Amino acid sequence: MDKKEADIIGEIESQEYKYGFTSDIETETIPRGLSEDVVRLISRKKGEPDWLLEMRLKAYRHWLTMEMPTWAHLDIPEIDFQNIIYYASPRKRPQVDSLDDIDPELKRTFDKLGIPLEEQMALSGVAVDAVMDSVSIKTTFKDVLAEKGIIFCSMSEAVRDYPDLVRKYLGSVVSYADNFYAALNTAVFSDGSFCYIPKGVRCPMELSTYFRINAAGTGQFERTLIVADEGAYVSYLEGCTAPRRDENQLHAAVVEIVVLRDAEVKYSTVQNWYPGDKDGKGGIYNFVTKRGVCHENARLSWTQVETGSAITWKYPSCVLLGDNSVGEFYSVAMTNNFQQADTGTKMIHIGSNTRSRIVSKGISAGRSQNSYRGMVKVARGAANVRNYSQCDSLLIGDRCGAHTFPVIDSRNASAVVEHEATTSKISEEQLFYCNQRGLSTEDAVGLIVNGYAREVLNKLPMEFAVEAQKLLALNLEGTVG
Amino acid sequence: MLSVKNLHARVADKEILKGIDLEVKAGEVHAIMGPNGSGKSTLASVLAGNEKYTVTEGEVLFEGRNLLELPVEERARMGLFLGFQYPVEIPGVTMANFMKMAVGEIRKYRGEEPLTAAEFLRMMREKCAIVELDTRMTSRAVNEGFSGGEKKKNEIFQMAMLEPKLAILDETDSGLDIDALRIVATGVTKLRTPENATVVITHYQRLLDYIVPDYVHVLYKGRIIYSGDKTLALKLEKEGYDWLINDYKE
Repeated sequence: MDKKEADIIGEIESQEYKYGFTSDIETETIPRGLSEDVVRLISRKKGEPDWLLEMRLKAYRHWLTMEMPTWAHLDIPEIDFQNIIYYASPRKRPQVDSLDDIDPELKRTFDKLGIPLEEQMALSGVAVDAVMDSVSIKTTFKDVLAEKGIIFCSMSEAVRDYPDLVRKYLGSVVSYADNFYAALNTAVFSDGSFCYIPKGVRCPMELSTYFRINAAGTGQFERTLIVADEGAYVSYLEGCTAPRRDENQLHAAVVEIVVLRDAEVKYSTVQNWYPGDKDGKGGIYNFVTKRGVCHENARLSWTQVETGSAITWKYPSCVLLGDNSVGEFYSVAMTNNFQQADTGTKMIHIGSNTRSRIVSKGISAGRSQNSYRGMVKVARGAANVRNYSQCDSLLIGDRCGAHTFPVIDSRNASAVVEHEATTSKISEEQLFYCNQRGLSTEDAVGLIVNGYAREVLNKLPMEFAVEAQKLLALNLEGTVG
Repeated sequence: MLSVKNLHARVADKEILKGIDLEVKAGEVHAIMGPNGSGKSTLASVLAGNEKYTVTEGEVLFEGRNLLELPVEERARMGLFLGFQYPVEIPGVTMANFMKMAVGEIRKYRGEEPLTAAEFLRMMREKCAIVELDTRMTSRAVNEGFSGGEKKKNEIFQMAMLEPKLAILDETDSGLDIDALRIVATGVTKLRTPENATVVITHYQRLLDYIVPDYVHVLYKGRIIYSGDKTLALKLEKEGYDWLINDYKE
């Protein structure tokens, strides 16, 4: 490794996490640890119906029989699940209708994050549900959406106000028995977002949830459920940040999406949880289960930009149940310092004429490890399935790793499944060319990385694309040779 | 504008430039010719600041400043432009975006206001016209999938956008058919002003039919062994280098 490259990497590693502030908000927490009593306590605090408590308890009991998965290409330190606080909420209950009623400190937090909870929302046309620690703080634009019959609210509210819908679909895509973290989530989830788009309705604005872990020692276990009824359309955004803390914090979310006949859902994530410091201390463990089911002619598109978290374990997947349904996965995963990411997707083709497309762009710097893990499965009865997968890896420096674990399991001879993979480095020639045009090396690296990720970034809604672009550049800032 | 004195440079352990002297003044066009491997491209790279090469001796002043101690991007911002022999591809980065950043940096350095989007687009249109490039080129990724001719036109387009004081064009004519050569060379001539200067590195005299040089230098084994006016290029075309380099053969 020559000097310039070493300098670049040194600079990259010295990057600070911009969202690492904590907010001084009074928080109500319950004691550390997990037991049936804690599960009951959470359910009681939320005033939940019995069926939901039963579901939680079933999940908890099942979880006790399970073990942490170890198959991922991740080095996960022992996690003491009894040393986590499973419920934390800002004490001033934000049951508010006007923005003026929100705790000013909380409002400042969201301002700092650049989440426009203000009137300007109207201009940008994004409805936001912000989840701080475990509790949903505020859902904007509820009235505008209500006119169209769209429900967009916190999971707690949904359980209270739309119990039939929630009961019908909650756990229908990701069962509590699905995996270790899904079971844990089902047992202790404290809030999240719920969204229902009625038949034939095209949601007129982007819906967005912003997750923030603030309280120390807490885990965040949110649950998101999106149902697009027949012929409906919605574009959904999710953003995440957390303060800098020396300890590791656990985030184990579940996202379930039901895409009924002829409906379409776009789900975009910009994940920027605190990744830990340059020595690998602290950071969020992000163990997330995301899955959607597509019925006939339905389409589900996942787009993710993953720059944060100490460890990422995440495979947003599509079950292409109905004929002619389409699943897409567009991903940029950037790791730096000691970050580890094992992320990818599963495309499960059950219906005939189903199509899927996977575009994965990994960027590794520092001593990080970045893995793509994907599965394309074609059921015996699924005729004329098509899949195209493209997995690219970009390496910055020579101490990081990029790995690809694609699995293709095709039981039907009519399937056409393609997989392409490339690995590249940012070349000295590219940097010199950019420098010669007056760009600093730092800007050049940002530019090249953004160019590399372009195909995925283009899939994001405009405002998010700009944020994601800044984020990628920010995480590689200070790369002057 | 540019003053090179006794410049020595090497790559790895091999000395390539062995004492170059060169004076370029505003308004002048210099042609540097010479057989393969004589160090022409190395000279261009060293002046631009490519870290592949190590300068071991000598001095380079550009606009009165010690060029050799400045980073590549600062040399560029001061107005030194290198037209690459082999322009690299930058996938996913559009030419428009690339130029927006480059022009922005250079304007900032000069203390000028940033261009508005409309001004910038107009500028791109005008500069594209100089090298007869379709403006749609600006929405393509930098050099990606460009033909040889397009790449070279694109270099001159960038030169036009950045309005350098000193442009060093490294074998801008290589790989061009006769029409593309005419377009590229005419483009360079159109950019000539009394305030700027151009150093053209070339193998062939034919480029100099369009870009008429004030001085022609012959570089051989890392030294400028002969300088003359434009008639020297014609003589070289006819008689080759042998009559010049015989004395220097080992």
